[in-house]
Amino acid sequence: MTSTLLRERAAVQTGGDPLRAARRRPSRRTIMLGGAAAVWLLGFVFLHGFGTLALPSSELTDLHRSLNQFNAWVASNRSDNPIFLYVLSPLRAAVDAVASLFITVFAASSTGLRLPEIGWLGTVALLSWTAYAVGNARVALLTAAVFTFFGLQGLFVEASYTFALMATAVLLTLLIGIPMGVLAGINAHVAKAVTPVLDFMQTLPTFVYLAPLALIFLIGPASAVIATLIYAAPPVIRLTAHGIRGIPENTREASDSLGTTGLQRLFTLQLPMARRTIVMGINQTTMAALSMVTIAALIAAPGLGQTVVRALQSLDVGTAVNAGLSIVLMAIVLDRVTTAASRRAEPGAHRRSKTSRRTRLVLVSATLVLTVALIHVSRTMLWAAAFPKELNIGPDIVRGVAGASEWLQTHLFLVTVSFRETMTTGFLNPFQLLFTETPLVVLAAVIALAAYALGGWKLAALTTFCLAVIVYLGLWGDAMVTLASTLVATAIVMVLGVVFGVAMGRSSRMDQFMRPLLDAGQTMPAFVYLVPFLGLFGATRFTAIVAGIIYAAPVAIKIIADGIAGISLTVVEAAVASGSTPWQVITKVQLPMARKSLALAANQGLIYVLAMVVVGALVGAGGLGYDVVAGFVQSSLFGKGLAAGLAIVFLGILLDRMTQAAAATPARKTPTAKTTRTSRPDSATSPNNKELQP
Amino acid sequence: MHSPEISVRNLWKVFGQGGEKVPKDQQLAGLAPGELLEQTGCVAAVRDMSFDVAKGEVFVIMGLSGSGKSTLIRCLTRLIEPTSGRILVDGQDVLEAGTTELRELRRRKMSMVFQHFGLLPHRTVLDNVSYGLQIRGTAKNDRYAKSREIIELVGLKGYEQHFPDQLSGGMQQRVGLGRALAGDPDTILFDEPFSALDPLIRRDMQAEVIRLHRDMGKTMVFVTHDLSEALKLGDRILIMRNGQAVQCGTGDELVGSPANEYIADFVSEVPRAEVLTLKWIIRPVGIDTPPDAPVLSSGTVIRDAISAVIQSSCPVLVEDGGKIIGQVDRDSILSVLHREAAAV
Amino acid sequence: MTKAGLILKRTIPTLAGAVAGALLLAGCGGASVNQAAAAGASNASCGTVNVAMNAWVGYTANAAVYSYVAKEKLGCSVVQKDLSEQISWQGFGSGEVDVIIENWGHEDLVKQYITDQAVAVDAGPTGNEGHIGWYVPPWMAEKYPDITDSKNLNKYASLLATSESGGKGQVLDGDPAFVTNDEALVKNLGLDYKVVFSGSEAALIQSFRSAEKNKTPLLGYFYEPQWFLSEVPLVKVNLPKWTPGCDSDPEKVACDYPDYKLNKIISKKFADSGSPAAKLAKAFTWTNDDQDAVATDIQNGMKPEEAAKKWVDTHSQQVQAWLQ
Repeated sequence: MTSTLLRERAAVQTGGDPLRAARRRPSRRTIMLGGAAAVWLLGFVFLHGFGTLALPSSELTDLHRSLNQFNAWVASNRSDNPIFLYVLSPLRAAVDAVASLFITVFAASSTGLRLPEIGWLGTVALLSWTAYAVGNARVALLTAAVFTFFGLQGLFVEASYTFALMATAVLLTLLIGIPMGVLAGINAHVAKAVTPVLDFMQTLPTFVYLAPLALIFLIGPASAVIATLIYAAPPVIRLTAHGIRGIPENTREASDSLGTTGLQRLFTLQLPMARRTIVMGINQTTMAALSMVTIAALIAAPGLGQTVVRALQSLDVGTAVNAGLSIVLMAIVLDRVTTAASRRAEPGAHRRSKTSRRTRLVLVSATLVLTVALIHVSRTMLWAAAFPKELNIGPDIVRGVAGASEWLQTHLFLVTVSFRETMTTGFLNPFQLLFTETPLVVLAAVIALAAYALGGWKLAALTTFCLAVIVYLGLWGDAMVTLASTLVATAIVMVLGVVFGVAMGRSSRMDQFMRPLLDAGQTMPAFVYLVPFLGLFGATRFTAIVAGIIYAAPVAIKIIADGIAGISLTVVEAAVASGSTPWQVITKVQLPMARKSLALAANQGLIYVLAMVVVGALVGAGGLGYDVVAGFVQSSLFGKGLAAGLAIVFLGILLDRMTQAAAATPARKTPTAKTTRTSRPDSATSPNNKELQP
Repeated sequence: MHSPEISVRNLWKVFGQGGEKVPKDQQLAGLAPGELLEQTGCVAAVRDMSFDVAKGEVFVIMGLSGSGKSTLIRCLTRLIEPTSGRILVDGQDVLEAGTTELRELRRRKMSMVFQHFGLLPHRTVLDNVSYGLQIRGTAKNDRYAKSREIIELVGLKGYEQHFPDQLSGGMQQRVGLGRALAGDPDTILFDEPFSALDPLIRRDMQAEVIRLHRDMGKTMVFVTHDLSEALKLGDRILIMRNGQAVQCGTGDELVGSPANEYIADFVSEVPRAEVLTLKWIIRPVGIDTPPDAPVLSSGTVIRDAISAVIQSSCPVLVEDGGKIIGQVDRDSILSVLHREAAAV
Repeated sequence: MTKAGLILKRTIPTLAGAVAGALLLAGCGGASVNQAAAAGASNASCGTVNVAMNAWVGYTANAAVYSYVAKEKLGCSVVQKDLSEQISWQGFGSGEVDVIIENWGHEDLVKQYITDQAVAVDAGPTGNEGHIGWYVPPWMAEKYPDITDSKNLNKYASLLATSESGGKGQVLDGDPAFVTNDEALVKNLGLDYKVVFSGSEAALIQSFRSAEKNKTPLLGYFYEPQWFLSEVPLVKVNLPKWTPGCDSDPEKVACDYPDYKLNKIISKKFADSGSPAAKLAKAFTWTNDDQDAVATDIQNGMKPEEAAKKWVDTHSQQVQAWLQ
């Protein structure tokens, strides 16, 4: 016994030794990063305010003016340019036709004169039945309950519009996305070509393409659907491709060895085996579509989003919360149903279920009969067509919430305002000044130096390129404002991530408690929680940062929790056995070992915060986000908004690559470095291994 | 002699960019693996390999991991595209075959059994076994009937409707074997089929393969890293190292006259008495050996000869084709056994 | 199969069949709800009117009264769409928008959509006069009388600085979508100020209200007609006088906002359709006081339709005149 204890202690100590040695003699990387920081501070102190390239928000550069021309060009070419006549207008008409079909069925006829083809009872029945058919009885009950609750909230019509648009967008997205994903999955060239496009689509703020889309396709449901399609397609494409590439090489090989043709392989092997991942992609696409359909209210997409927008504009917290609740509930239903569907898609899932295949088939068809009957009733009886007004408790909810928020605002006003002011003047403003008041040349050099320290010449060149593009776009000053806020938000996200992530990673009870909260935070469309914070903190950068934190924290917490929980138990046991306190275990063992997860969390945190930059501008964030929003609503700022959108993309690339490089272990010069590049013969049978990581 | 079932000539497989230049370039082709990697960044997994496999033979390819044996067997049906050389299967040039011909070859002439089974998790045992038949368009009833036969043959009767993840590793490999057999191919390729299995199950499966070979007489190419498995199953064994053939011959040839130190080292722990025949330990007939001494065939395994030699009061004569070629005495038997004991 | 499964399998289809049958029988009796609804509509020739809803209460008041009259007196079905000003104009082309019931200038859009594309027409003035400008709460005008001249603003820059304005004075603007020259004004008048956006009319009102209540300094963008001016009589800051053409280049503006004769814009298609609602849109006029009355009611918690009904009921003659 004593001997093992001794040995373990020795092991831990030797494990610590290189670390300590490294700390005593800082690495080249640390020295360079320190140098970069010093240059920055010196530049800030001595060259304060020179050459900062700040551009007031109403001012334009020539580039912005020429981008404005796009606006005029579209206007003058709409009626006679062949691209409009033969491509864009028919496309709009086609999308519009599908959207109108769904709207007519679920929400109302397009003229607004008639009730929808299927009344509320029929809609509830049909959706619950669908949930049962693709999922299980539990999610069917949830669907029925939630959609009936929409009626009680007095928002059934709005919810049906949102649902109809979401369904249209998801349908079209899948029609395009799954074949694309299959192609990218089976053909490495396609994958290579598609990936950067998807990256671009996902970093591009939604507002940026909302404006040009509205210009080209005109406002209305069609543009909303097309915008949603752009936003929601990447997940299903990526996951379909990932599912197909993730099929074990030996299975694929076995099928090949029997002489399968490409199509046979696709239908007997690749699609069935990737089914679960594809359905997971459908899940993510659905969630993205819902979130985008609500934002598309800004270009006249009907539904719950309109209610939220109106509430935002009149600071009506009660209405906003009521409508927000509907959106969250719909998100939960869609998430649960598609998750249940993906469980069902698991190979052999039906073996584990209690009812046999036959029984289930009988049940599904029986309930279908019932559903058809209910639909018929909802088409003929008024009480089943339009949700009875007597049951509407929406106004009560609105009043209750409004009262509560009023109380909070009057009683907490001083607290929230002083908290906000302290944070802004004491922390945010100085930090922002460090970015906006340091001369462009100094700051660019500092960033390039840091990039060189983290990832060598290649990364330094890439970051310099990104910065040059931002300067070219004429938005350096605004980009620095955004960068400062983003970094502050990410720093807070990381603090939250470490605190809660460690707690969850160490205690499964904590994990069980936190997971549903985090899931809810992630499924909630960003629009929804802006309103209460707007009420508490007013429209300021601080509010926008809080919104960004709420959006990004769940992801970071989850990643860190998984990283901590994934550390081998033996290592922790060894540390405990050698007499470490819990604090020592956390700081000396768990956090250092979860370093990769921490870096990944920082990376994802940054990307998520950046994605919120534009939405944050709706509640007072300045910088690029404001430029995008203003460009969206003021045609004279259209070009600047477009440029700002691109600047956000390049800022995103810069931050992403730098954090990725920081996450990678510093390259050690070892003779094996060369061999890792070429595939070893035995592993060469699975050349796809490295592509498996999403 | 019959024309060989499979004939491989000067086969190369070089991984890495520009690998196709290596076989043609005398200088590069001669380099050691480390130097080749240093100079070109390429790895030659199979170098200049030539051999024949006769109809009905069990041909074992043996080597340590990384020796290129799995690459070699995949080259035979072009699951891995060879860099250069020639492969004839039943007279047909595999490397020249077009997509359709290659597919036909895979469907009818050669099927393969894999180390990690490669079963389709979403299909039942029956559907897995009939997969190959489905692929080539056999009608449902026919392929199920055929597959049920095969399932019985590989000892899985009663498990038709099970899914792979409900079966043990050994049973899964029986499914893999069934799948390979279902198409009734001339040749079955085995890529370390039993190395993922427990020793006891491995022994059962080896017996199963021997039984199937006896019953069906198919040509088999069997890759393994386990020498005892190779000796047990193989009519002939090819030993590979760094992509090259080191020696090819029957089991007792390898043990009895290893081509070099490497092989000698390799086979040093083999129980020689169980592998070697008398032919390997004969000495010239002594003058004092009586002509009426007992006679044994030169193909007799030493272990089977022990009792006869020990009981005999004089050395035992060894004949080959009716001709006396030498004698064996107690000392020679004992020296074999002694060496073994020392080795242990 | 389990016992429960068996029971389920037998009973559920029977039950479902029975219920479905019963429901079908019950349902067959009634006429289709859509037929009933169609029969209920009083005037089929009016059809649907799509009214853009811009985000300030004055606009809501106009739209509420217009919608109420169109719905109740003409039997039209009215669809209201929440859109920002410039986006609303885009709706004329696609048919998403028929009516903008209060338009503030927008010469560029007039040129684009009325002159060039001819998808919209001017439907005449609303009768309201609009003023945009910079305002301070009354207590400031009292305490610092000279603040109402823009020349003296720099004196108060430090007083008006906030944590959001980066050391300069703050000019609080509303929704970025509103008509504004403020950033150009700050620059071209050489003011040591920074424009900060509050995001909405509601936020502007809240800020002015608490500034007056707590006697905190505030300078902000505001406009009339606006019901809030009757609650807190904000004082206008005089910017250099507007002269024709002084604001033609949005980047070089250095003068006050013009007086806006607010008007209505309707889509060409709608105007040509002969719909009575289009005639109503052209005839609709009222005064700033009328608008303030309705807007105040809405602001005090009345639903827009109710506030509109209240006004229409007390102004039946005027409404009759619109419908002639």
